[in-house]
Formats: sequence, structure tokens, C-alpha cells
Amino acid sequence: MKRIIKIITLLVAVSALWIGLLQTSVLPHSYTWLLPMYSIVSLGCYGLLMVGVGLMRFPTCPHEAVLLQQDVVEAKEFLKQRGVDVSGSD
Amino acid sequence: MEDDGNDKGKNKYSIIVPTYNERLNIALLVYLVFKHLRDVDFEIIVVDDGSPDGTQEIVEQLQNVYGEDRILLRPRAKKLGLGTAYIHGLKHASGNFVVIMDADLSHHPKYLPSFIKKQLETGASIVTGTRYVKGGGVHGWNLMRKLTSRGANVLAQTLLWPGVSDLTGSFRLYKKWVLEDVISSCVSKGYVFQMEMIVRASRKGYLIEEVPITFVDRVYGSSKLGGSEIVEYLKGLAYLLVTT
Repeated sequence: MKRIIKIITLLVAVSALWIGLLQTSVLPHSYTWLLPMYSIVSLGCYGLLMVGVGLMRFPTCPHEAVLLQQDVVEAKEFLKQRGVDVSGSD
Repeated sequence: MEDDGNDKGKNKYSIIVPTYNERLNIALLVYLVFKHLRDVDFEIIVVDDGSPDGTQEIVEQLQNVYGEDRILLRPRAKKLGLGTAYIHGLKHASGNFVVIMDADLSHHPKYLPSFIKKQLETGASIVTGTRYVKGGGVHGWNLMRKLTSRGANVLAQTLLWPGVSDLTGSFRLYKKWVLEDVISSCVSKGYVFQMEMIVRASRKGYLIEEVPITFVDRVYGSSKLGGSEIVEYLKGLAYLLVTT
């Protein structure tokens, strides 16, 4: 099944549940009317939280840049000896 | 189906490297690949899109050092895009596995053995390098770049649920027939292409494994993610939502 169909199916199911709640008035109507707003806000919060956590724990590797620079020097040395033109700006 | 390489001794890896104006980097890359893949049968296929900086002359010099059977130069007349570069390289690949990597040294060849090891251990159809797990990482990105990257990732993970942590990474090892199968159904360009490849492969049910890689962005400023890239990304996401 296409991803978009899955998502729409989920949305339809949730709306059906919500309309059901409105009809049966298990909860007070004023609460039920606000439920979609709450869910949108919490979805947004979830997204922001995930981005925030991802940013805070963003893996970085400054030492790798140093190691790469060493590799570059080593490679240039080797290739120059074997007649490969490694001049030119990096 | 085809040769899946259960017999370790027979495996051959074709490393496809698309280039455009990478005369220095391609030389460094080739040296590093030979340094880190000692007991492995492999070939490097350079697909150069008519670089004006003399990339092809350098590749010919490298052929003199390492042999024309190990380094294949398969140029094209002009810049024709990443997806077709892989298809072009694939036509000339003689290995049963194909590795795809960037020429600019943001993908370090020292990770190649871990890709191969992971594939042999798990029998995976695809091993993809991921920057976002322990042992992986990125260097050279500013806060804005990190923010867009994380935002894009959360969006894609929530909507597409692909089962892979790094969708837009392009350092990957494929069984050759799997790459041929997946690439034929992909139409996107740029890094959306990388995302489409892995999502389609995942939907087709291929086993995908991940290995941590580090990504050193040396060409500062070149990977700035502008507004048009973000629009392209969102379009790609929408496209994948309705087609996969």
C-alpha cells in the first residue's frame, strides 16, 4: 500500500473515533471539540522535541578532519614519487 | 538468484565514483582505497562528466601506477546527473558487489572494510553508511546545516518510516543485481535520488544494514542548504509519499 494511503487511512480512523466521541458524549462536548487542537499541538511538540534532541546529540568528529589531513599528506607524497601530478590547490 | 557471494574468495567489488573537477581528490581517493582494501578483489570505475580541470589525465596517470584493470575510466561527454552516472558505471562493472561513494573525500575509504564485513556477516543486499549513530559523525557543518539536516530527517522518518537512520547519505554497498533492480525505478535527482533509492529498496523488502561512517565536509560552503534545496527535498518527500 502506498505510504500516503496508509497515512490517510490512519487520519480517517482517528476522525471516525473523534466523531464517535462527539455523538456518544462520553466526554463533555467542549473537551471533545478541543481534542483535534491538542493532537496537532502535541504532534508539533513531538517534532520539535525530536529535532532538538537530534541537534543536542548531533555526532561530530573534529578529530577525523585532522586524520584526513594526515592521509592527504601521505597520499600526496606517495603519488608524487610515482609520477602522478598532485599539484594544484586542494 | 544471481551470485550473492556466499563464497568469500570469489567476491569482487566494483567501486563507482562519479567525478566532476576532482583531479586532486580522485588521486587521493584511489591511493586511500588501495591502502585500505588489501586482500580484496576490487576495481575502481571513475565516471567523469567531462571535467575541464584534467581529472581524466590524472586518472590515466593513476592507471599507469595501479593498472588499467584496477582503475577503469569511463567518461561521459558532459554533466548528465548522478543517477545516470551510476547506471553508466554499472554497465562496466565486473564485480558481484558495487560500492557507490563520493570523490570529494567526504567519504573515507577506510570504512570500506567495515561495509564488506557487515555484508558478509549479515548477507544484506545493501549496506549503507550512516552519520547519525554512535561511531559516526559529521565535521564542518554549521548550526543551520545541522538544524535543516535534523528537521529533514525527523520529517522523513515520521512520514516515510524507512527503517534506515541516514536517508540522504550516499556511501553504500549494494549487491550488483539489487542496485540494477532498484536504480531502474528511480527518477529523482541529486540527494533526493539517494533517499529514493533506499526507500524503494526498503519497500521491495531488501535487507538493509547500516555501518557508522564519519563525514568530513572539506569544501566549506559548498554544501550550504539553500531555500531551493529545501523545496526540492519537500517535493521529493511528497513524491515518495504518493509513489512508494
